[in-house]
Amino acid sequence: MPLEFEKPILELEKRIQELKETARTTGVDLEAEIRLLEERLARLKREIYGNLTPWQRVQLARAPGRPTTLDVLEKAFQDFLELHGDRAFADDPAIVGGLAYLEGQKVVVVGHQKGRDTKENLQRNFGMPHPEGYRKAMRLMDLADRFGYPFLSFIDTPGAYPGVSAEERGQAWVIAQSIQRMGRLRVPAVAVILGEGGSGGALAIGVANRVLILENAWYSVISPESCAAILWRDAKEAPKAAEALKLTAQDLLRFKVVDAIIPEPEGGAHKDPERAIQNIKEALLKTLEELKGLSPEALYQDRYRRFRALGVYQD
Amino acid sequence: MALERLFRRKRPSGENRDIPELWTKCEACGAQLYKKEFKENLYVCPKCGHHHRMPVWERVESLADPGTFQETTRLAPLDPLGFVDTKPYAERLQAYQKETGRKDAILGGTCQIGGVPAVLLVMDYAFAGGSMGSVVGEEIARGVEKAAEEGRALVIVAASGGARMQEAALSLMQMAKTVMSLDLLWQKRLPYVSILTDPTTGGVTASFAALADVIFAEPGALIGFAGPRVIRQTIRQELPEGFQRAEFLLKHGMVDRVTDRRRLKGEVVRALRHLHPGVPYAPGV
Ligand SMILES: [Zn+2]
Repeated sequence: MPLEFEKPILELEKRIQELKETARTTGVDLEAEIRLLEERLARLKREIYGNLTPWQRVQLARAPGRPTTLDVLEKAFQDFLELHGDRAFADDPAIVGGLAYLEGQKVVVVGHQKGRDTKENLQRNFGMPHPEGYRKAMRLMDLADRFGYPFLSFIDTPGAYPGVSAEERGQAWVIAQSIQRMGRLRVPAVAVILGEGGSGGALAIGVANRVLILENAWYSVISPESCAAILWRDAKEAPKAAEALKLTAQDLLRFKVVDAIIPEPEGGAHKDPERAIQNIKEALLKTLEELKGLSPEALYQDRYRRFRALGVYQD
Repeated sequence: MALERLFRRKRPSGENRDIPELWTKCEACGAQLYKKEFKENLYVCPKCGHHHRMPVWERVESLADPGTFQETTRLAPLDPLGFVDTKPYAERLQAYQKETGRKDAILGGTCQIGGVPAVLLVMDYAFAGGSMGSVVGEEIARGVEKAAEEGRALVIVAASGGARMQEAALSLMQMAKTVMSLDLLWQKRLPYVSILTDPTTGGVTASFAALADVIFAEPGALIGFAGPRVIRQTIRQELPEGFQRAEFLLKHGMVDRVTDRRRLKGEVVRALRHLHPGVPYAPGV
């Protein structure tokens, strides 16, 4: 399913395909025309993908086929053993986690999980966790601390689920607790924002020593649609809100909300998921290497200082 | 000191001149209330008990021992994103500052509460809906640090629609900053009491406000993560009676006590005395 702004690219690709087909069936030499169009296509791609607006990036961050947490765990890690349940109420399919190896290194992993199709999306509640999801995450943080293994999290949620059951079971309380629990880890913690970093529901597993973000992912206090609905009183103004919120990887790097950007293949991670996952793996290995020499206490202090320093005000 | 400031605050012109302005109406039951009495009753309707929102200075006076409060909050907001919606954020800030006489949505300082040394922080709902941006986050973190350094208890009165949208990811980060700073109190065994007032939602509930040693809520206060409007849109159903009110939260185990504002100081003092290791056995108030 092409995104609106990609349509000129798709049309050109179709025309090239047609020309090639004509050349093949009729035997006419169209080599020169085809090469010309292919050059034009490359230019057009650079032009469109090289000048993405924040709203276009938000659309890429949500594109079907974009790598999810489980995709990353299956392809970049070895022997992922999923662990279920919060030991109190239920297993939340919107957050997955467990034990894995990253290039032979033992790690504990947690991440939001969106569905890869409509049916799975319904089952996974579109990656919007209930309190039990965060309790599962905290359980896994305990496990990481207990055994001294690095804790890795993957963020991809529109936000924590805003529903009656979630409120009854203390959504705000578990998010606060999860922030606190992750902040207190005595092991290296690295978070990767894969797609959507929606508000407190994202931050709950984002209190890491280093926060990495995919090139087209977004992270903010509110989704552009909800922001537009409140400030412009019209959700259709989401493109303007996306602009105003400064939610792109580049902006977040400038404000030190993230520490590094993981490049995506041209046109977005969904165009070449294998490649995107390889980039994620390399970034994780590099970051873990950087944190390697730090003692448990130094890791805690490093994380404390990282978040303590965030904010812009006049003294 | 606090009283002086009260006097210096701008009063709406005409107050105390026209007779009708001596009176006000209860938002809940509509009863005509004599303003002076209403204020003396801490903005609680004497007829139906409805808790109205309370100006921050009066809140401070309702909790701090007389003459002990010394303001420490002093930071001013900036507009790091250059945020513009239907109006520039910078203009909105100016308007709020003019309206409230405050630089941002928090008033805090050191004081004694029932003789217990404390840092008291009060969020101002009148300023941008009490939203937490960089200033509120930083003032809370500094308040925590001061309490830890000086061996004071921490008391925070929350009133907030959540994180401040116009500071986007930076306001989100204040949730982590404030939560992590609380570790200093844990390390020093200093008590933290949180008072949730109407309304406390979003990123404020989901960060420091939920993590106190003892959590009070005022009767009828709206408290939660998502706002009721968002929830209604999501589930496309009417919300149950009393949903997200203080009593609902007490029933679901999220707060320790729902306490009438007129008894609040007494209960806060008891909690602080019970917890603060520096205070000897001292039952009652
Ligand atoms: Zn009344």
